[in-house]
Amino acid sequence: MYNYDIVVVGGGPAGLAAAIEARKNGVRNILVVERDRELGGILNQCIHNGFGLHIFKEELTGPEYAERFIDEFHRLEIEYKLDTMVLNITEDKTMKLVSSEYGLMHVKAKAIILAMGCRERTRGAINIPGTRPAGIFSAGTAQRFVNMEGYMPGKKVVILGSGDIGLIMARTMVWEGAKVSAVVELMPYSGGLTRNIVQCLEDFDIPLLLNHTIINIKGDERLEGVTVAEVDSSKKAIKSTEKFFECDTLLLSVGLIPENELSINAGIELDRKTGGAVVNESMETSVAGIFACGNVLHVHDLVDWVTEESRKTGKSAAKYVYEQPSEGGRTIETIAEEGISYIVPHEIRTKKVEDKIDIYLRVDNIYEDVILLIKTDSKIIKRIKKKHLAPGEMESVSISIEDIISGGAKLTVEIEKGGQ
Amino acid sequence: MRQTITCIACPLGCRVEVEEKSQGEKKYLISGHKCIRGEKYAIEEITNPTRVLTYTVKIRNANLSRLPIKTDGVIAKGLLFSCIEEIDKIELQAPIRIGDVIIENVLNTGVDIVASRSMNAIKI
Repeated sequence: MYNYDIVVVGGGPAGLAAAIEARKNGVRNILVVERDRELGGILNQCIHNGFGLHIFKEELTGPEYAERFIDEFHRLEIEYKLDTMVLNITEDKTMKLVSSEYGLMHVKAKAIILAMGCRERTRGAINIPGTRPAGIFSAGTAQRFVNMEGYMPGKKVVILGSGDIGLIMARTMVWEGAKVSAVVELMPYSGGLTRNIVQCLEDFDIPLLLNHTIINIKGDERLEGVTVAEVDSSKKAIKSTEKFFECDTLLLSVGLIPENELSINAGIELDRKTGGAVVNESMETSVAGIFACGNVLHVHDLVDWVTEESRKTGKSAAKYVYEQPSEGGRTIETIAEEGISYIVPHEIRTKKVEDKIDIYLRVDNIYEDVILLIKTDSKIIKRIKKKHLAPGEMESVSISIEDIISGGAKLTVEIEKGGQ
Repeated sequence: MRQTITCIACPLGCRVEVEEKSQGEKKYLISGHKCIRGEKYAIEEITNPTRVLTYTVKIRNANLSRLPIKTDGVIAKGLLFSCIEEIDKIELQAPIRIGDVIIENVLNTGVDIVASRSMNAIKI
C-alpha cells in the first residue's frame, strides 16, 4: 500500500491546476494519475487559439495553455504516473491503480481530487436510425486523429451538432482538404461561440442548418450519405423537408458527459442535471475528503474557468489534509429557478467562506435584456442586468458572504424577463 | 455595395450592415451594431480581414505524427490556404521546443510560423 496526502485523478487542465495549487498550499506528498502517455489532457488536441484570455490575459492555443501548467507542475516536482488507470475508489479513500509498468497498485490517500474530465456523447446516445457503416466519428475523436495522430477521417463531411467542437472541426476538415457540406443543429440556435460560427463556418460558406436533424444514415461498408430534415417545435422531423446529403464521414458533436464511473463506485452523490458530483463551496463531494473539479464536475465552455475552479479545489483539499475539522456553520442550498438550468456549488456552508463565494450557472435558453435575480428566500441580494445570456456560455456570479448569512436557508437564482 | 457581417467582438454577435459610400465624409455607412467595437470590427472585416492560422505539420521521431503550429500574429484571410500549402511541404524532426520558428516570414507577411508545443524525441 502506497500512502499519499492527495491523489489527483487526471492530468488535464483541472488535475494540473489542482495539484499545483495544493503544492503551493504546502502539501508535499501528491500523486497525479494520468491514463494517457502525456500530461495536458484534451488541450493537446485543441490546437486552435482563444484559450487563456482570463487567466493569462493573452490568447493561447490549447497546447500552449497546457504547456504553461505542465512546466510549472514539473518545476514544483510533483509526482505523477502516466499510462496509469484508476480502477476503483472506495469511500475510505483507498484506490486501485493499474499500469503496464507498475502492475496493480493499492494507494491510500488522505484526500482525493477527481479531475477525470468528460467524454463525448455517441450515436448510441442520440439514437440516429439507419445502418452502421464506417465513417461515423465523434468530433473529438476525429480531432485527435487529425491534429495528433495524423489520420484523415474522410473527404466529404457532414457534422451533426454546432457546439464549439463541431464548429472547430468544420474548419479543421476544410483546412485539411475535405469538403464540409453542412453543420446540422437540432436547436434553433448554435451552442457554440459566435466567433467560431464566423471563423469556422461563414469564412468557408458552410451552411448551418438550425432546427434540423439527421433522420437516416445510409451506407453498407462505408457511409454513403445522411438524410437531413427540418424539425417542428416539438422536435419531430417534417417529412416534406427531407434532403439527402452525400458524404463519407459524419462527425457528431452532440454533447459531453462528465466521466463519473469512479465517483459512482465511491458512493458519491451525483446531480442529474450536470452529470457531475453534488459539491459544497469547497468543491467537496458528498464523501468527505473527495473533491471534484473541471469537466468531471460540470462541462465548462472555457478552460480558464476550469483553471479557476480547480485552483480553488486544490486549496480546499490542502486545507482538508492539514487543518483540524472545524464547524461548517449553517448550510445554504443553491436552487436554480426560472430560466436557470443548474448552479454549482450545490451547498454553501457559511463558516467555510472567507468573504465572498463565486457561483457558476447556466441558463436554459437564449435571453436578451433580462435581469439575473439572486435571492435568499424572498430577499433580493443581487440584480444583474444581462444583455445576452445563452446556454453555451457559463455565467459566474460573486456573492458576498454577509448577504448569504443574513438571509434564509436557500439561495435562489432566476431570470426576470422584461427587465429594462 | 452592401454587406452584412457578424460581429465577434463580444458574445452578442450583432449583425452589422456595412454600406460603402462612393462620396461624402464617411466612406462607410454602418448600422445594426450596438457599440463602437462593432463599427471598428466591421470596417476591418470589409477592408482587410485577418486571421490567426492554427494548423499542424508532419513530425518524425516523436510519439505523435503531427506537431501543432500557429502564425505568430494575424495574416490576411485570403492567404490562409497558400500558407497551408507552404506548411504542408515541411517535415520536421523531433525534438522541437515551443516557440521554435518553423517558417520565417511566411509568404512575405512579416509573420512567422511557430511551434505551439514542445515535442521530445522518442527515446530508443
